[in-house]
Amino acid sequence: MQKYSVFSLIKNAFKGHKDWQVAWKDPTPKDEYDVIIIGGGGHGLATAYYLAKEHNITNVAIVEKGWIGGGNVGRNTTILRSNYMHDENGLFYEKGMDLWRSMSQDLNFNVMYSPRGIINLAHSDAQMNAYSRRGNSMRLNGIDAVLLGREEVKKLVPVLDFSQNVRFPIFGALMQPSGGTARHDAVAWGYARQADSMGVDIIQNCEVNGFDVVNGKIKGIKTSKGNIKTKKVGLCVAGSTSILAEMLNMTLPIETHLLQACVSEPIKPILDQVVTFGAGHFYCSQSDKGEMVMGGDLDGYNSYAQRGNFPTLQHVLTEGIAMFPFLSKLKMLRTWGGIMDMSMDGSPIIDKTHIEGLYLNCGWCYGGFKATPASGWVFAHTIAQDRVHELNAGFNLNRFSTGHLIDEKGLGTKTWIS
Amino acid sequence: MLHIKCPYCGMRSQNEFAYGGDANVKRPELNKEVTDKEWDTFVYFRKSPRGKHLELWHHISGCRQWFKVQRDTLTHEIYKTAEIKEDI
Repeated sequence: MQKYSVFSLIKNAFKGHKDWQVAWKDPTPKDEYDVIIIGGGGHGLATAYYLAKEHNITNVAIVEKGWIGGGNVGRNTTILRSNYMHDENGLFYEKGMDLWRSMSQDLNFNVMYSPRGIINLAHSDAQMNAYSRRGNSMRLNGIDAVLLGREEVKKLVPVLDFSQNVRFPIFGALMQPSGGTARHDAVAWGYARQADSMGVDIIQNCEVNGFDVVNGKIKGIKTSKGNIKTKKVGLCVAGSTSILAEMLNMTLPIETHLLQACVSEPIKPILDQVVTFGAGHFYCSQSDKGEMVMGGDLDGYNSYAQRGNFPTLQHVLTEGIAMFPFLSKLKMLRTWGGIMDMSMDGSPIIDKTHIEGLYLNCGWCYGGFKATPASGWVFAHTIAQDRVHELNAGFNLNRFSTGHLIDEKGLGTKTWIS
Repeated sequence: MLHIKCPYCGMRSQNEFAYGGDANVKRPELNKEVTDKEWDTFVYFRKSPRGKHLELWHHISGCRQWFKVQRDTLTHEIYKTAEIKEDI
């Protein structure tokens, strides 16, 4: 594989950029693979990469219905963080943060990792107490957390509304300085290029229509490009998980919902961090191009539409304007939607299933992007070793029966409905 | 914007309604022996189909009645709405 560097860029510039190799091939499926990953999004590509890199399993296919990176890895708001209270979440996402730090070097692809810090605003004394507790839990797990007072927030983010007459005055914030953003498309492309170079077949425009299960064991999958034999299948299909589960006669503790995001017209640099609203659901950062990248609540009903409705967008941006009054002057450049696999306790499921050789990776709710490397890393381990890693032991499917829910917000079932 | 026909008030905009989830979910009968599996299924497990979905909506900023809606989860088309006691 060609190595990307400033020297290769200069060399190819003199040759008129005619000698660049393709970043990944377009193979026809083989008859049989050791492992098939369904879903060519961030998690699927990362899983294939770590299967090859960490476990030396290279006879792997990624089967993708559309094109790689066309789903949620290309639709998110690019935020990275590990500011969770519970051990299962905190340690898992912090493993992800470690992988983010070295990702550009690992993949030889600039993912524009930017640890600019994430600031969760607090709007009451009670919320400051809750954040102080969460911050302490984070620090016990070795994650950086800083509790900020009102004046400190004002120094960092002067464009917030600090006037006296606001409905939700800013009391302070919890900050994770190592949180930040990364370029989402580059993550998909970087993983795809490396996985391909190690022998993984990336098969695009190939829809899975069924599974071949005999005596409780996976024998293969049926696709629009023919049947493919395998003994191990990993599902990494986010919002489409319930559709594939139905083919397997499985019902899961997830529902598919619709989440919208939007960007404004580009403006000069005004916001250095990622900032979230504490009295509702709104988050905002500024892209390198200058656009304000914003998101918030789900549309609130089951949907596979990948496009949203106006009332939710209006509601989310009302919160945004309460935080940043200047946003009301900006024009909207784009809005879009993606479909989310909402688990019933708000935490993911990365586990084996009752079908031998079928592995499940789902329930990412609206927070799957930051988990991309950690999810791929533990899922590759789970598939290769046929047992869960300690980092995803808590994310089992059984917890909904045993009661060991990982309910980060303490809201009970359907944590996304508030 | 969804336009939902409340069986009691007629056609109203989505803003007046709250979503209540899958209408096929049945609570296990009271005063009967219930297995853990039945209870888990009721509380957590959902079909989440792509296509026709029978669901509950609440006219929370209107008559405050619960009712059933048959809606397509892919196109958002609403085929039918009905009172809770009616079958769709």
